[in-house]
Amino acid sequence: MTNRSRREFLGALGVAPVVAGGLSMIPASVTGAPVASAADRAQEQAREAARLRYFPNLTLHTQDDKKVRFYDDLIKGKVVTINFFYAKCDDVCPIVTSNLVKVQELLGDQVGRQVFMYSFSLKPAEDTPRALKEYAKMHGVKPGWTFLTGKPEDLERLRRTLGFTTPDLRADKDVTNHIGNIRYGNEPLMLWGATPGMASPEWIAESIEWMIRPDAIRLPHRHPADRPDNSRSEHKHHEHPPGDRASHVG
Amino acid sequence: MYRNVFGEKVSRRRYKEMLNAAKNRRELIAAGLTGRRDLLKMGLLTASGMLVAKGGLSARAQVAATPSTPQTSPGSFNVCQPGNQAASPPTRAFIEPLPIMPLARTVPASSLSPAPTIAPNTAGGEVRAASHQAPLLNSGMFPFPPPRVYQVHQHAIQVSQSPDLPIQTIWGFDDGFHATSPGPTYQANYGISQLVRNINALPPVNQNGGFGMPSVTTHLHNGHTPSESDGNPCDFYPRGNFCDQYYPNVLAGFNSDHFPTGDINESLSTLWYHDHRVDFTAQNTYKGLLGFYCLFNEFDDTGDESTGFHLPSFPQFDIPLAFADKVYDPSSGLLAFDLFNLDGILGDKFLVNGRIQPFFEVQPRRYRFRLLDTGPSRFYQFFLTDLTNMGAQNPFFVIANDGNLLPAPVRVNSVRIGVAERVDIIIDFKNFAGKTVYLENRLRQINGMGPVPPQGLVPGQVECSDAFGNLLSDTVPAGQGNLLLQFRVSGTPVTDGSADPNIDHITYYQLPDTTATPRVTRTFRFDRLNGQWSINGQFMDCNHFRFRVQQNSVENWILFNATGDWTHPIHIHLEEHQILSRNRVPPPLAVERSRKDVTQLHQNERVLLFFRFRDWLGKYPIHCHNVIHEDHAMMGLWNVEPHGDTVLVP
Repeated sequence: MTNRSRREFLGALGVAPVVAGGLSMIPASVTGAPVASAADRAQEQAREAARLRYFPNLTLHTQDDKKVRFYDDLIKGKVVTINFFYAKCDDVCPIVTSNLVKVQELLGDQVGRQVFMYSFSLKPAEDTPRALKEYAKMHGVKPGWTFLTGKPEDLERLRRTLGFTTPDLRADKDVTNHIGNIRYGNEPLMLWGATPGMASPEWIAESIEWMIRPDAIRLPHRHPADRPDNSRSEHKHHEHPPGDRASHVG
Repeated sequence: MYRNVFGEKVSRRRYKEMLNAAKNRRELIAAGLTGRRDLLKMGLLTASGMLVAKGGLSARAQVAATPSTPQTSPGSFNVCQPGNQAASPPTRAFIEPLPIMPLARTVPASSLSPAPTIAPNTAGGEVRAASHQAPLLNSGMFPFPPPRVYQVHQHAIQVSQSPDLPIQTIWGFDDGFHATSPGPTYQANYGISQLVRNINALPPVNQNGGFGMPSVTTHLHNGHTPSESDGNPCDFYPRGNFCDQYYPNVLAGFNSDHFPTGDINESLSTLWYHDHRVDFTAQNTYKGLLGFYCLFNEFDDTGDESTGFHLPSFPQFDIPLAFADKVYDPSSGLLAFDLFNLDGILGDKFLVNGRIQPFFEVQPRRYRFRLLDTGPSRFYQFFLTDLTNMGAQNPFFVIANDGNLLPAPVRVNSVRIGVAERVDIIIDFKNFAGKTVYLENRLRQINGMGPVPPQGLVPGQVECSDAFGNLLSDTVPAGQGNLLLQFRVSGTPVTDGSADPNIDHITYYQLPDTTATPRVTRTFRFDRLNGQWSINGQFMDCNHFRFRVQQNSVENWILFNATGDWTHPIHIHLEEHQILSRNRVPPPLAVERSRKDVTQLHQNERVLLFFRFRDWLGKYPIHCHNVIHEDHAMMGLWNVEPHGDTVLVP
């Protein structure tokens, strides 16, 4: 997660680097300009539909007690991560939060520029901006990661809209049983995925990087029994023994 | 008299609702009124952004709003749409024919540029994990390039999925002759290896139309495939790149316990290919990246009803059927995908081979149908329904499970499959000459958890219910499920050269022996920890290989469902398995005494599987094939290596 992830961010989102190999392999009929303009309109329509469905423009409060609007200020035009937590949670939250601290370190100065991290309170009544600020400080959170609270009904609406729910109604009411996943996404590109909050920080960070550079090539791991060959002997992945937790994409 | 889309009588009031719904929708589309301001002006949207349940925007919305009056008309969709999912616009059923996917066509190997190479051509834009194992192992048996070569582009295609919906831009496969979704069907043969150059020519990432990741890896589901050609979820590549996938089309055991030909009892038949991009498989397959791969052998499963097992001839009487359930945006009529769902996605529109509720004209004879559940999350229980004789059981024969011919045909009244499972059935339409019958799904499922329990739903326990709330069953009465496909049976008698499973003493393939002592018995606990789908408490991670299977060894695997009421279709790549027991009892259903590549892990179940891992080396996954669970990390990677480990709970 070093050179690759710290590369200069590519201007407008969605403008991809031309990768190795031939775009010439794509027939002209598929890349024709008229298609693009129709696709652009369809894209705007789909983006608007997604906004209406998932991103109510609710007013929330940050840990610095600043008022922000959910869509306009937090989501629109950004690559983001989203998770839900509460400050006094001692089950899954400390694990997820400390994982995210490591993710923030791995993503480096991209956080706050190309990626914005958000943690939404499940107990907004007790998670005052001050309490959130203390929580962030306690965990060594750096700029670019915002903790949010607000009216309980607004946070509950967000939780439901963003799918941090479970269909079992009893389980869904039990806040200690809350969803520990992290949503990652690129709003203008309408790319949205999720990863468990307890996954390895390296894997979470790599997943977020797909949202920044969706056209980047990820060279696959070779299997250990494969004999080296000329074209790929310089590639390092196959040198890691299987099961080596420490091996990650560089 | 008023009739609905199914030709049934309806009340005047209901008919007016239906007309209004269609009219409103057409007006919205014609006026381009899809923006928020426009909808607000029309009074169709509240200030908070929710669509008004205005009578007529969707006729189904009203029905859904009054669950106390079950909608009992045939073909009705009793789907609970959780959260903020609006119902799809109304569509008419059975007015368009079933699409039959074209057969994929080969190209000369010399036409590929750059020329295919055994080692991955990274500099030329190829993304592949390793050199092709097969030609390196035996270039006589597996020539390079192989006798059959295909070049396939994945790109955006425009299709009609219903005459009542606008043209949809989805993703499909293009073999240079046809661009379709489901993609062209491969007619493959044992003993003839083939290479598919899969080129990612999808639109730029800022033209995905609302969902879909234009970064792909194509898995050949149930292929006995070397790992570098398997379509591993982590071997994805962006547009402009390609992967050459070498399919040896060789019987398991050819390089181990049945050297050198392989074990005929391991013959595979109905395979399918689909995108497997880690974290985005649900979106990409929902958007169309899938197709069939039918594998024949020269002895028994020949595709010719005058030879071998005398199964109905391919492709005229041997029909692949890909089932999918989808949702369409009620205002635009365009295919919609719930981007924020962790549990599983259900649609209220049912497609067969890419079209909503088509009809199929058949002759009064036997057909082989290859039924495939393409997901994302729905289980099906297929019945044959005659709406003019609802009390009748209309049995048919199951001949293959997951594309593997059974020891003998099994007569059933219904068959249930989960996502990615296949079942090959023989229906004899002779007794329905001149009539119309339906393939109907009568299984109740209201959310991503899987089918409702056999004893029905517990009121108030889950977020939503269906119109059969108090029915103490997991299936609904005849005619009240989802009518998927209409068969119009010709009245003109024909000769039928296929074997009749009803009177002939037919046997197919014996099950391979499962008495061998396993080298190791591993346990896989499928769990849900704070909504995080896990296997043995761990999550999918492309950089983490959990265990090593020893090449050419026997293993038993225990799949344990720790998620209580959820059902998971568990898929394991490379080698098939047999189910030794469910909760320590041999599988009760005859159709499950078979070779499998997906096993339904039912509620609170412990399933014991038998495996032989043979012939190929490399990395493969085990995962839940509810693709929403799969995309949320219910997957793990493992390796086949010359020397294995004995990790019991990997």
